[in-house]
Amino acid sequence: MAIFDDELMQLKEKIVKMGSMVEEAIRNSIRALVERDDSPAKSVIEKDHIINTLDVEIDEECIRLIALRQTKARDLRFITTAMKITTDLERMGDLAVSIAGMAIELNQVPLLKPYVNIPKMAEITQEMVRNSLDALVKGCTILPYEVIKRDDEVDELTEINFKELLNLMLKDRDIIQIALKRTYVAKALERIADHATNIAEMVIYLCEGKIIRHTAPYPKGH
Amino acid sequence: MLQQIELEMKNLNFYYSGNIHSLKNFNLSVCKNKVTALIGPSGCGKTTLLRCFNRMHDLYPKNRYEGELIFQNTNILAPDTDLINLRSRIGMIFQKPTPFPMSIFDNIAYGLKLKGIRKRMDLSEMVEKALQQAALWDEVKDKLNTSAYNLSGGQQQRLVIARALAVKPEVLLFDEPTSALDPISTGKIEELVIQLKKEITIVIVTHNMQQAARISDWTGFLMLGELIEYDKTEKIFTAPAQKLTEDYVTGRFG
Repeated sequence: MAIFDDELMQLKEKIVKMGSMVEEAIRNSIRALVERDDSPAKSVIEKDHIINTLDVEIDEECIRLIALRQTKARDLRFITTAMKITTDLERMGDLAVSIAGMAIELNQVPLLKPYVNIPKMAEITQEMVRNSLDALVKGCTILPYEVIKRDDEVDELTEINFKELLNLMLKDRDIIQIALKRTYVAKALERIADHATNIAEMVIYLCEGKIIRHTAPYPKGH
Repeated sequence: MLQQIELEMKNLNFYYSGNIHSLKNFNLSVCKNKVTALIGPSGCGKTTLLRCFNRMHDLYPKNRYEGELIFQNTNILAPDTDLINLRSRIGMIFQKPTPFPMSIFDNIAYGLKLKGIRKRMDLSEMVEKALQQAALWDEVKDKLNTSAYNLSGGQQQRLVIARALAVKPEVLLFDEPTSALDPISTGKIEELVIQLKKEITIVIVTHNMQQAARISDWTGFLMLGELIEYDKTEKIFTAPAQKLTEDYVTGRFG
């Protein structure tokens, strides 16, 4: 039915809107940290309720579509995917809020050392979020597999970041509190990347009809 | 958002043959330019209710209404209601297509001629418009003078809808309009109903719950001659207030 196609399109647009808001939240939370400016962090905290509202709206719309349109096959996969994706996006939003809060705290104290690993991680993570949602919009491409691969880079940077900070902490106990906060930020980014990976896995389910979670290594050719 | 009311039942009761109490105290408002679906098990009173809206029960003298049915500030259950006029404003489509034994063109022109429209030019224009509204024009434009009986079941049903539309009704009542049709024709009728609500108000009786879910804005669930629940379709199919409704829509009846 044409009306159903319109409804699916609107649902897709809403997910993309939510995704771009989450991406912006990640970008602003890291900007607040790197530029030592509280205002982007405050905006992330203030705008989080919009992301939460979108999460609820998308869930409600999915439930409505399942009940009223008797969705089947690809449409059914899309709606179940949408419901899972919004949960991941909403949590990413919460993690961006955590980073923003941490940035405001870290901006109050002297800079331990310039931020190197965290901006790199943030860049990769944002790209993962963007690409996973692009894959959702564009359909079956190699993109979701690329997203999944990049998660390893983020994990590696988290580890490097932790080791560097650990060394500093071992040398100077007075900086432990500040250094720990920086590890929390990295950990939050690492978890955001995990959520982006979840989205990519769901997109693969949407496109190919197979659930690849907990089945690594991924199928040959990818 | 406030919705405009097209038809309003107030304490409506209906008795077949004078004493069989078939509809018990109905209070229900049909919203303008919306699709209202009536669902419920066989014999619950869906069709009986539908037929009240354009007084089809009057064809049998002992049938009796009580209460009020307001259509544009007038109680259409009043004895002085002009039934011919009422039925052209509130048309009805039945389960089986009911084309007249005449050409496609004449089927549509029939009601128009009764209304006094005689000029061939005017008739042609109105017939074309009605067929286009019913999404049938492209399929029949080259054979308007052939018998309506040559059309498929789905086409006949759209022809009947076109015939009802030609006299510019404000409300259309559908009594299980797709139960005799295949899924493709059913899909076309459903699309058509959704299109038509931009211009008219629609009440549809259906045995097919999925159809009610797909095309209606409001749904009434009836059982044993009573209106158990009446609410937005989304509410009825996601979180109905009554356990009986929940049991029915989840297929846990009996």
